[in-house]
Amino acid sequence: MKFFNQNKILNLSFRSQKIILIFFLLILLIGLFEALVLSPEDYLQGDAVRIMYVHVPAAWMSLGIFSFIAFLSILVFIFKNKNFILIAKSIAPSGFIFNIIALVTGSIWGKPTWGTWWAWDARITSMLILALFYLMYLMAWRIFENKNYVLKVTSLIAIFGSINVPIVKFSVDWWSTLHQPASVNLISKTTIHSSMLIPLCIMTAAFVLFSLLIFLMKYNTELIKIKNKGLDRL
Amino acid sequence: MIYNFLNMDGYGLYVFSSFIFTFVSFAGLYLIIKSQLIKEQKKFKAKFGSLTSDKVLAARSQKINKEILAAGTFSKI
Repeated sequence: MKFFNQNKILNLSFRSQKIILIFFLLILLIGLFEALVLSPEDYLQGDAVRIMYVHVPAAWMSLGIFSFIAFLSILVFIFKNKNFILIAKSIAPSGFIFNIIALVTGSIWGKPTWGTWWAWDARITSMLILALFYLMYLMAWRIFENKNYVLKVTSLIAIFGSINVPIVKFSVDWWSTLHQPASVNLISKTTIHSSMLIPLCIMTAAFVLFSLLIFLMKYNTELIKIKNKGLDRL
Repeated sequence: MIYNFLNMDGYGLYVFSSFIFTFVSFAGLYLIIKSQLIKEQKKFKAKFGSLTSDKVLAARSQKINKEILAAGTFSKI
């Protein structure tokens, strides 16, 4: 069990934060140069397509993080391990911010392409519902003080909220929406050109690093909070 | 050339406002989490510093982190 020594994890994550921050800034700079300068404009949307380089990674990250939180919440019910819930709690703030970024940048992108800031379209509405689940999850940690109760409530919010994740993903296929279908697919053929796919991947990598950085900082904060409570009991 | 880059055929306002919103959000979240971390670290140092020598020994002997998380289980869930 020495592998799980939290002092070691704490020291390691404190050290790795600086390295991750440097890598994040470096990859972000490369990504920005690719996205704003090197990548071509779209034949239909023109330069407005560059919004994709922040909108799409943010949407991917928010969906991925919520799925991960739901997965960890299921593990909490099965294995009853506190560490899973601590990881879920620490990763949620970045997921929420990515969700807000996806909604706001999507709205900004909607104006020049659809002629409107907002539409009650299946994809956009389901993303808004996801943001509400994130908000409920984060608020539950602040509102409820009973430890066992908050664990149950947050886990249930995450598990119920995960039903919305496939709805977000497949909304563009199931319903006729203003939002375009996915251009990047893992299973079927990707319809985006490599000149746009490369900057998209670089920006996604930068977003992943940012999320990791925030996660480590929040995780350390939570660990120190627990240590503080331990000192109070002395 | 700089004007053309910033203008982006009339889409500059939309493109740059999206990027600026993204990075302002990043910076905001980073600062909030960082300040929370610093606050908890300061609290920990203050609490540890205010302990009497016997309690310091007790605190050092407690494998708090290990206890809290390594095999952390809770029964009522």
